[in-house]
Amino acid sequence: MQIIVTGILLSGTYALIALGLTLQYGVARIMNLANGETLVAGCFIAFWLFASFAINPIFGLLIIAPLAFAFNWGIYKVALKPLVDRAKSRGQLEVDSILATFGLMFLLQGLMISGFGGEYFSYQFLSERFMIFGNAFGLNRVVAFIAAVIIAAILYYFLYRTRLGTAVRAVAVDPNSANLVAIDVAKVAAVTFALGGALTACGGALLSTFYTFNASMGVTFTMKALIIVIMGGVGDVRGAVVAALILGIAETLVATYIDPGLTLAATYTLFILILLVRPQGIFGRRTT
Amino acid sequence: MLRRTFIALGTSVAVAALGVTGAYAQEVLKIGASAPKTGPLAGGGAMTHWPNIKLWVDEVNAAGGLDIGGIKHTIEVVEYDDQTSAETAIQNIQRLATVDKVDFIVTPYSTGINVATAPIIAQYGFPHITTSAATDGVAEFAARWPNSFWMLGTATQLAEGAVASLVKLRDKGDIGNKVALVHVADAFGLELVGAAKPALEAANFEIVYEASFPLGTQDLAPVISAAKAAAPDAFVGFSYPGETFALTEQAQIQNLEVGAFYTGVGTAFPPFAARFGKAAEGVMGIGGIDIDNPKVADYIKRHTESAGTGPDFWASATTYAGLQILGQAIEAAGTKDRAAVIEAIKSGTFDTVIGEVKFVDNVNQNVWTVGQWRDGNFVAVAADGMSISAEPVKKNGWE
Repeated sequence: MQIIVTGILLSGTYALIALGLTLQYGVARIMNLANGETLVAGCFIAFWLFASFAINPIFGLLIIAPLAFAFNWGIYKVALKPLVDRAKSRGQLEVDSILATFGLMFLLQGLMISGFGGEYFSYQFLSERFMIFGNAFGLNRVVAFIAAVIIAAILYYFLYRTRLGTAVRAVAVDPNSANLVAIDVAKVAAVTFALGGALTACGGALLSTFYTFNASMGVTFTMKALIIVIMGGVGDVRGAVVAALILGIAETLVATYIDPGLTLAATYTLFILILLVRPQGIFGRRTT
Repeated sequence: MLRRTFIALGTSVAVAALGVTGAYAQEVLKIGASAPKTGPLAGGGAMTHWPNIKLWVDEVNAAGGLDIGGIKHTIEVVEYDDQTSAETAIQNIQRLATVDKVDFIVTPYSTGINVATAPIIAQYGFPHITTSAATDGVAEFAARWPNSFWMLGTATQLAEGAVASLVKLRDKGDIGNKVALVHVADAFGLELVGAAKPALEAANFEIVYEASFPLGTQDLAPVISAAKAAAPDAFVGFSYPGETFALTEQAQIQNLEVGAFYTGVGTAFPPFAARFGKAAEGVMGIGGIDIDNPKVADYIKRHTESAGTGPDFWASATTYAGLQILGQAIEAAGTKDRAAVIEAIKSGTFDTVIGEVKFVDNVNQNVWTVGQWRDGNFVAVAADGMSISAEPVKKNGWE
């Protein structure tokens, strides 16, 4: 039981890391390699708000989310829109966006290093014991998990029950056809990219309550997010959540029953297996 | 257009003239530094390495510079980021030697990168005083590269120090025989665990749980819960900073009841005490310094004034001492000639912040090995050839 709960809590963390990228890659078609840096930036802002103004990271989300939304909107408009406009095919846009966000990654990393230095940061927030079925878990992890569930639920409602959400899904399936039914593809893509960035930054803020972070560790998060997004099926929120759940529980099982040293091996084995059976990911559609 | 060119020309002449007059007033000693500012080890570098270079250079320059053969030389530092990559570090050293033409270099940071750059540093003949490399290969490396000096001790010294502290606690009746042993799955963790296991067995400890985890894992709840299930009396983890914090947090949350809790790199960082507060009390880890030593206390004060934060309680003081040795050896040799300075380091005795240092076959034998958090200080409780601050005590819970 303890293993299952630990695994589920871990999967909440992974979902927070990956949900933003799912949106950005699935809909806006931007393979955002600066995903991890956005996440770490969220960590830093949450830390800064907490340390300087004693703002609880949960309330901090109310500041971080709009900030990250605006920032990512700007990035899309300034740096990525020209790429979208000139791309002749989806493949070309992917290559271009990978290169552009690769540069963005270094820019963000450099800014954070000059602002905060390279040291490790961590702070104490809700680092209390929380009992589930007689076992102790960190309250901050439980809170992050609940937040992940809420965010995923809202996102699901948004995508499947609202008009804009339907438009977003239409763009994800086929941007050209979406244009034909009077969807402003450019605007939807920009909104989705910005929303993805805001989600990632919020994930970072929640993670910062229990992770020790520094300005240069974004790439580890990007790697994890990539695995989850591709495993779940590009652009499908349900897929990302399921993939996060599978990884979280599998890693915990392996760490407990086999060896904690093999968690990474387990992650990649699962990744390969799923791609062998379903190359398009768990919920992905086969491209025609 | 023409006028702009004239202005540019005039400016460059003025700059050149300034440079010339500067050179007349004071000789310059160029020192190169390559260490991580980005990458996985950036956190450790920012804590342990870079602030000491700044402190030492500022202090030497404030005192008028180094006296080389009767002429004062101020120090100019050329810094490069090695991105925690051995390849980049090697390119940096080459660039420092051939493009920047530095007179001397500061050691790179970390065991791996020091070993990786040792051949190229030897090729250029720089004295290479390592202060952040802890490995059992030191005797062999020192013999292979006679220009290299090793100050931070060996993995065996560190591991045996940890075991010796456990033995002391067991002899006092604070802990029993059962030990949980975990380590990060890289060269550092493997080497320490390789030295610790025979030492634990020789001391008749029983290893009830053993596991490794990949570098960069912060989700270590399963490790602590499995260790807890094995009901150990002592927990020993050879970890890096991220994992050190994660292990300690999980031990606190899951209330791992052990009489001795030991973690690796990062335990000695001041943010560790800031993060865990009272729960840090009694936690043991790699490093430790003798805070009762007035020189160390003074160093902590100066470091805090210079960097805004205190030094870590392990390799920081050693890093600063390494720079002191370089400076003293250059002054003793009275020349910028690298071979002469290497000779001076080999034969000299140096007065440093960590006490008197004399290399035996290029290795500094006297190191602090285990520290323990006591009232906000990480005091040395085990050492090889040096005095300790206090005897180790039992860890009393996490509240």
